Amino acid sequence: MESLVNEKNHMVLRDIKKNYEKLSVLKNVNLNIMRGEFIAVIGKSGCGKSTLLRLMAGLEEQCHGTIYMNDKPLDKLNEKARIMFQDGRLLPWKDVLDNVCIGLSKDNKYRAIEALNNVGLKEKMNDWPSQLSGGQKQRVALARALVHNPELLLLDEPLGALDAFTRIEMQALIENLWKERGFTSVLITHDVEEAVAMADRVVLIEDGLIALDEHINLIRPRERTQEAFSYYHKRILDHIIGSNHCQDTLKGDVIDLTAFNPVKNTSNT
Amino acid sequence: MKRDRNVFKKIIPWLVPVLLLILWQLFSWVGIIPDRILPAPSAVFQAGISLMITGELFTHLSASLWRALIGFLIGGGIGFLLGLFNGIFRFSELLFDTSVQMLRNIPHLALIPLVILWFGIDEMSKIFLVALGVLFPVYLNTYHGIKSVDKGLIEMGRAYGLKGKSLFFHVVFPSAMSSILVGIRYALGVMWLTLIVAETISTHAGIGYMAMNARDFMQMDIIVLSIVLYALLGKISDIIAKYFEERYLRWNT
Repeated sequence: MESLVNEKNHMVLRDIKKNYEKLSVLKNVNLNIMRGEFIAVIGKSGCGKSTLLRLMAGLEEQCHGTIYMNDKPLDKLNEKARIMFQDGRLLPWKDVLDNVCIGLSKDNKYRAIEALNNVGLKEKMNDWPSQLSGGQKQRVALARALVHNPELLLLDEPLGALDAFTRIEMQALIENLWKERGFTSVLITHDVEEAVAMADRVVLIEDGLIALDEHINLIRPRERTQEAFSYYHKRILDHIIGSNHCQDTLKGDVIDLTAFNPVKNTSNT
Repeated sequence: MKRDRNVFKKIIPWLVPVLLLILWQLFSWVGIIPDRILPAPSAVFQAGISLMITGELFTHLSASLWRALIGFLIGGGIGFLLGLFNGIFRFSELLFDTSVQMLRNIPHLALIPLVILWFGIDEMSKIFLVALGVLFPVYLNTYHGIKSVDKGLIEMGRAYGLKGKSLFFHVVFPSAMSSILVGIRYALGVMWLTLIVAETISTHAGIGYMAMNARDFMQMDIIVLSIVLYALLGKISDIIAKYFEERYLRWNT
């Protein structure tokens, strides 16, 4: 048997399938993620990108296939990974510092303070989460994820709900911390521009399959006004729009679309 | 200026009760309200003082408080634990929830004749009724509080290495806290109501007994005093509940 994993690969996904009841979300996903790589996974809502991330975190189990982390199959919670959610998910009854301390032993409090310092929120450590702005909440969530020194940082559309300025600021913060610490990063987003701005590689998921896997060969820090930036941006967008067009003609073959198609249903009965 | 306004704000809620009290006193003096219908506030106050001096007031008050407290602790404790288990464990929920919901719909005061036959007119019967009345509001709110914990927060907790006990104490319980406290506050109301009814029916001590005894001798001032005492006790327990709410739900403000 060929070796599925080489030492450069941090995480390997082999033949991953995931169904919810009859709905097939991931049909067959194969992906190698290199150590220290920044991958962006894009796709429309409901395409299965969040499911993929939760499988990587070990929060859910795939129906078929194996996920290898550091060469070892992942069978429970991925302890080397930390996940950052779209809605922050800070505990409202704990102050900022205690939120960062979740899952941390008591004598490591200084690390939580340090982590807050790294995201520029040390002076807010005694505030309640409800007193923070959306961007500040996500900074706390980022500090909470990074305080564990994860090998793998999973970002589930963490910037989706932020305004444009805060978003760009947060992108820079995440990118800087990633460069500094060298962890592997997987970013789920529906924003192509964000994907091109941040990732080494952009993976497009459509209908539970990887439809595009594109390396972004741009030097950092990336300028959004660059010609090459626009090239990648357009190329990926065109792909999404183009394949959408094809999909319309094939509608009858796609299970999860026909399920919601009343015309098709009545003709069956 | 700002301080003045704060003091003013504290005074305003008391204006209406104080005004009513003054009017009541005045009307009694003038004779618009006859003593046989409603004694003057000063007479009620005097009755309170004289009962305090004889020590009677203290005996009845402590008898009522004791019943309320014991009944509340037993009923609230059972309701809380049941709510907790049914909220957390699916099996426990399947086994118990339907039965509890069925019992909940029986007005507990309808059981008074049965309870008197079971326990006589001793302490037991009052404590039983209070416990039964208090159980359901605490159960319902605890159960509901635990059931409605944000699934996203639980998932976050799991992803950050919390499980079992730590997940419960860091995520589930604090999240259910506001609902539990609502249940407790509601239960305190049920507690006094139950006690008032139970005590007027059959006892040999307690505020209800004091009122019923006074009725036999047409002591209007003592009857009114008993009602005022119930109002005060209700208010005090509400203040205590509010204190806990402010203490444990600070983050919610």
